[in-house]
Amino acid sequence: MATTVHEPPQIDPRRLPRQRQSGNGDWGNLRPSDGNVRVALEYSPPPSSTAIWVVLFAVTMMFAAFSSALIVRKGSSLDWQGFALPSILYFNTLVLIVSSLTLEVARRRVTTFMGGGIQVENPTRWLYVTLFLGLLFVAGQYVAWSQLRAEGLYLATNPSSSFFYLLTVTHALHVLGGLGGLLYVIRKLNRSALRRNQLVATARYWHFMGLLWVYLLLLLWMKL
Amino acid sequence: MAKFFAITIIIIAIASAIPILRHTWAPPEDISTHGALIDEQLSETMAEAGISFLAAQFVLAFFIWKFSNPAPDAKLKNFPGGAKGLVIAAFLVVGIEVMALGIFGAKAWANVYLTPPAADAMPIQVQAGQFAFYFRYPGPDGKFGATHPELINEGQQNYYGLDPEHDVDARDDIVAAEMAIPVNKEIHLLMHSKDVGHSFYVRELRVQQDFVPGLDVSLHFTATKVGKYEIVCTQLCGLGHYNMKAYLEVLSQQDFDDWMKKETAMQ
Amino acid sequence: MHDVAAHAAHHAPPTSFIRKHVFSLDHKVIGKQYYALALVAAFVGMFLSWFMRIHLAWNDTAIPGLQLLSKTGAPGGVMTPEYYLQLMTMHGTIMVFFVLTTAPFAAFGNYFLPIQVGAEDMPFPHFNMMSFWVTFVAFLVLMSSFILGDGPTLGGWTQYAPLNAVGSVAGPGQGLGVVLWATSIGLFCVGQLLGSLNFITTTLDLRVKGMSLMRLPLTAWAWFITSCMGLTAFAVLMPACILVILDHVAGTSFFVASNLVINDQVQPHSGGSTLLWQHLFWFFGHPEVYIAIVPGLGIVSHILITNMRKPMLSHRTLIYSMGALAVLSYMVYGHHMFVSGMNPFSSLAFSFPTLVITIPSTIVVLVQVFSLYGSKLRINSASLFSLGFISMFVAGGVSGFFLAQPSIDIMLHATYFVVGHFHMVMGVAAMFGIFAGTYFWFPKMTGRMMNETLGKAHFWLSFVGAYCIFMPFHYLGLAGNVRRYSSFVDDFLQPLIPVHRFITVAALLTGAAQLIFLYNLIHSRFWGKLAPNDNPWEATSLEWSTATPPPFDNFGGKHPVVYHDPYQYGVQSSVGDYVMQTSPEQVKTESDEQ
Repeated sequence: MATTVHEPPQIDPRRLPRQRQSGNGDWGNLRPSDGNVRVALEYSPPPSSTAIWVVLFAVTMMFAAFSSALIVRKGSSLDWQGFALPSILYFNTLVLIVSSLTLEVARRRVTTFMGGGIQVENPTRWLYVTLFLGLLFVAGQYVAWSQLRAEGLYLATNPSSSFFYLLTVTHALHVLGGLGGLLYVIRKLNRSALRRNQLVATARYWHFMGLLWVYLLLLLWMKL
Repeated sequence: MAKFFAITIIIIAIASAIPILRHTWAPPEDISTHGALIDEQLSETMAEAGISFLAAQFVLAFFIWKFSNPAPDAKLKNFPGGAKGLVIAAFLVVGIEVMALGIFGAKAWANVYLTPPAADAMPIQVQAGQFAFYFRYPGPDGKFGATHPELINEGQQNYYGLDPEHDVDARDDIVAAEMAIPVNKEIHLLMHSKDVGHSFYVRELRVQQDFVPGLDVSLHFTATKVGKYEIVCTQLCGLGHYNMKAYLEVLSQQDFDDWMKKETAMQ
Repeated sequence: MHDVAAHAAHHAPPTSFIRKHVFSLDHKVIGKQYYALALVAAFVGMFLSWFMRIHLAWNDTAIPGLQLLSKTGAPGGVMTPEYYLQLMTMHGTIMVFFVLTTAPFAAFGNYFLPIQVGAEDMPFPHFNMMSFWVTFVAFLVLMSSFILGDGPTLGGWTQYAPLNAVGSVAGPGQGLGVVLWATSIGLFCVGQLLGSLNFITTTLDLRVKGMSLMRLPLTAWAWFITSCMGLTAFAVLMPACILVILDHVAGTSFFVASNLVINDQVQPHSGGSTLLWQHLFWFFGHPEVYIAIVPGLGIVSHILITNMRKPMLSHRTLIYSMGALAVLSYMVYGHHMFVSGMNPFSSLAFSFPTLVITIPSTIVVLVQVFSLYGSKLRINSASLFSLGFISMFVAGGVSGFFLAQPSIDIMLHATYFVVGHFHMVMGVAAMFGIFAGTYFWFPKMTGRMMNETLGKAHFWLSFVGAYCIFMPFHYLGLAGNVRRYSSFVDDFLQPLIPVHRFITVAALLTGAAQLIFLYNLIHSRFWGKLAPNDNPWEATSLEWSTATPPPFDNFGGKHPVVYHDPYQYGVQSSVGDYVMQTSPEQVKTESDEQ
């Protein structure tokens, strides 16, 4: 008969609030929400930084399914007719990459802004620039679809055009979701109620949309 | 209550095993050259699965019998060896068991699917459509005529969409609604689906293979026993699925030649 | 991105009826809503199975009232072959998606996961609410196919291509019916993805002080592992459903091959891949089996531990085994496609992981069974169903030995052997897990006990009945009885009809026994004996340390602190032979530590 002595609960130091540290994933607030930090929060990282990885994983799986469908469908068919990608896509790519950069600038400014150090200009402006670039990207995609339609390439014209529309439209819808996230962040920032992890999560999602787009462009460029 | 439960488990376990041991509902007798390996594999697996099933149910029943309603002064005990022993047992016993099954089973599988058909195997094409099979023999020239989907017309009995007027190869093709094959002769079955997914299943032949629309699959087998067997569709293909069947006639070479003459005359 | 502080920790109890009971953000209400949905779906699915069984046993018998469901499908109450297939498809879809996924995972998980980790709610309550309502709409969409167009799709719950994509020319329900089916399942995927997001973040981020991962109860682990599987599986099924819908409404050809001829008409599609659908579907479909059963493994272990008054032989082994099941479940899906025309080498490649997956399954069963050794087993409805679960899981599991081998699959594929296998291992076993969970947690959810006598009657009839139904399925399969046939016109199958009649009678009786459960559930909910205290089973995990039923924020404004591993039974303490996770008491174990 052995005796088990139960350790008193250990608090993992990694779980302690890292309030003064700046950078990704920690959970300092712009301001304490009501001065009353709850215990559950005290010992947990904020769920949105975990949640965003979960979301990105699901999005990855979804596009993996579409990509494998494309590869299988192309490999098994004799009716595949390639077409040249509309050149505006390359411009759109540039827009999306630049928007990632502006969002990164905004994120850093928010960090400084929040750290209460030197007073810098309000980072909202950079968020608006990102928002504008995101909209520009979606508008650019729309132009690309119109060009293809003008060439007589519709969704059902050929498997290659089916996959083109499928992948670009699904991606554009996800980008619109990211724009919703940006609007949410801007609103919160204007009310001084933004928590940094929300911005970080939005930024991760946005960067991921950029990466995903580059991947899709490569896939379409190679396979169409 | 618990003891009654334990007894119930044991009765159910034994009752479940009886029809298996008595072969009440056994697979029909094998008539193929490759089937013996499969049957052997099946009975090996049955033995191992059956022993695992009975052993697990008996142990479960025994523990329920023994350890429910304990005396008030009973002491808790742990199974000697603990979880470590069980994990090792699972890896050693079950792991080796299933790996052995897998390796021997792979042999039976390879015997059917990873061997090429013999050079002199007799080619027969089977086309599955909602809800019938049609079989095509190449005729004396040994060549199948080209098929033209747009010419398929069931009313005119052009099930394959052949074009005998322009296509010499198609003129002597024989299309039949039942499949006749000579005994002890390897058959190379070319499988084509006209519309949706179907499957070709002959229990006695130990053959089951799906038709894949857009992809022609082939299969080869040798029947060793004269008789009439059922070919059924096992891939859900629509409302008439339950009634989609044909007959496989395994004939002696003499009977087969006669059958062939009769069919040729009918075309 | 939601505001964590505002929702997870601070949302105030709602006051209006609608916010409280309909569009509630409270995970407990959402859990109950899921349970109610699963209950309705289960009975719909069960009635469908009755109709099918009666038709199979007595082909020409009119089923009174069935003509009300569909005049064309069942003229005068006699089912047509196509209507049999339509009902079969609905039975499978309803049971797999709306019962086996929602009840053990979404319903119990929603209710108890946050409480078991000590959280006030899920981190994204709005997503959680959406998860339920999207699932609910998915159910309505599926049900609507009974009355819209020419009825539900007849393609089976697997909806193989190209039957699912060529349109109404292929048979009744293959036009609008398939579109509704795919829409419903697509929506269902969205609902479950939102649910999985919440489950994963709850488990990782909202654990209270002292609740390390290894201190999570096995149920919490099971739900967490299941949500990880769901995240991967449903994220693949949803695109597949989108592709099917596009094939129908936009005229694309993802799944329809060239030159298909139906009714002498060449179909206007080109070059699609029919195997593509099977790959996408089974990549979801096989993990789905584990999504249905892993919560059951967790629930059953949790209940057995409480009733054995001792922990399982090894907590970690069970967790790792469930994790191994989850990982392996993605490598084995090809065993559904051995005779599908896939490369024969792939069949061998999929065969081995399928055989390997028996190892973690065996470990789980062995640990559960051998933990009974030396225990002080309490027999009640919950523990009976848990033990029944193990018996069923073994019975259905061993037939997996056969189906994992491509060579034997040549004979058994698409026969009743397969039907018997999955009904036992994921149908009945998972249902037993749901029943066990219901009897066990009912006092916590409602403050009343369920009637034990009725519960035991329900158990005996279900246990014996389930064996009487599903064991003969295996025999039929061995004899070569093909599945998805609405009647047995083959000469070969005629002699097997008596077996089908036996099964039908057993199914009718076993189904009727479920009405006892329904009565018990409703009666106990309103008039049952009051639970003696907050912890009637003398259990240790956090859900038993709070009030009954738990208050809106689960712990009444306090945050529990966890001091112990989840299952401190067989110890000497001030309350008896157990110590709750929240009790700061130091304990001496009665049994040897490992």
